[in-house]
Amino acid sequence: MAKHKIKVKVQGAEREAEVESRLLLVHFLREVLGLTGTHIGCDTTHCGACTVLLDGQPVKSCTVLAVQADGREVLTVEGLEQDGKLHPIQEGFWQEHGLQCGFCTPGMLMTGYALLERNADPSEAEIRQAISGNLCRCTGYVNIVKAVQHAAAAAKQRRTTAA
Amino acid sequence: MIPAAFDYHAPRTLDEALALLAEHRDDAKVLSGGQSLLPLMKLRLGGAAHLVDIGRIPGLEYIREEGGSLRIGGRTREAELERSELIHAKLPLLADTAAVIADPLVRNLATVGGNLAHGDPANDHPAAMLALRAEVVATGPRGTRTIPIDELFVGLFATALDAGEILTEIRIPLPPPRSGGAYEKLERKVGDFATAAAAVQVTLGARGAVEKAGIALTNAGPTPVRAAEAERYLVGKQPSDAAIAEAARLAGAAAAPSADRRGKVEYKREMARVLTARALRRAIQRAKEH
Repeated sequence: MAKHKIKVKVQGAEREAEVESRLLLVHFLREVLGLTGTHIGCDTTHCGACTVLLDGQPVKSCTVLAVQADGREVLTVEGLEQDGKLHPIQEGFWQEHGLQCGFCTPGMLMTGYALLERNADPSEAEIRQAISGNLCRCTGYVNIVKAVQHAAAAAKQRRTTAA
Repeated sequence: MIPAAFDYHAPRTLDEALALLAEHRDDAKVLSGGQSLLPLMKLRLGGAAHLVDIGRIPGLEYIREEGGSLRIGGRTREAELERSELIHAKLPLLADTAAVIADPLVRNLATVGGNLAHGDPANDHPAAMLALRAEVVATGPRGTRTIPIDELFVGLFATALDAGEILTEIRIPLPPPRSGGAYEKLERKVGDFATAAAAVQVTLGARGAVEKAGIALTNAGPTPVRAAEAERYLVGKQPSDAAIAEAARLAGAAAAPSADRRGKVEYKREMARVLTARALRRAIQRAKEH
């Protein structure tokens, strides 16, 4: 079986590797690049712990081949923080206690981040709908919803202050 | 879980993809969104020595009106369908359907053509397309042919598509005025396959009677089920509560589900009846508003 040379932009930086056809994107990120922030939960396309952004869209990286990401852009949870400062979505999860065991958190953060990129002021229903492919077995989701609302409010405040 | 080893191909044109399929025939599978195929391969329930990824071929993702029909490119993502104003305005049945397929993350990759070509009776688009009397375009080495939706599903995970063909387009006749549709799905949780689901498309005549009816069921047998008796019964009738109840009863009787963790046969049949009644009521309401 032939190997494939792939180039993937991860958090904006080009990464190159030679991979087998069957290598999954999540394994490429964790094992080839050492980015273990992306978690493997169910490994069966159900739980969303492995959510990353592929060309800006949140997807389950256990159900994408690394070769499919060739020439495309990936953002993982490690890419949210900028210059040592947490991203507002991370700040929201911290302030609102949006996690307990933390296993689902990287996926929740990426889905929440993508939602706010598309819809700066989502309703509670829209937040719940957006995260419906991300399972959390600890929180009951209440504080996760609050965390996304916190991030949305913080971004709104920043926009008002800037204007 | 890791799939068994295979060779991956990323053709840049449809012709290249067709040549690869012609070369490898039954040893090859088309990779579209991958949201059904990759899980199957990871679980080693299915496999292929060659995956032909159509993801890099331009021109396979679109939603447009042409020649009295709505045309959807085979690789159009469910998320696009869900967000399309054209779909919401013209085919609310499809907007309903796209919104309940798997979950929002899966819908960012999953494709309409894949949902049909996979031949899984638990998938949601087959029933919707049966209700809409769609046809699909298959592109093969000798050009294209259209397959009426009633001829597409030939068995469990089996379709009328040849191993050398790719499902490149779905064509749906644009409904006349006073038409409406709806999809009603019962699922244990977001992301699950339907315990039961019903797709309905109706057109009302000038005097309010049902002029055309399409009714189909998801996960109600080895192939998607058209509730033909229910359709025949309804045509020509005023859409009264009694007529809806009788059409729903006939649809429930057409269901031949198998028992699993989602429920017994009797329960699923009953749910098919109930969901058909709900979908009919919503479809008729939408037709009146249209």
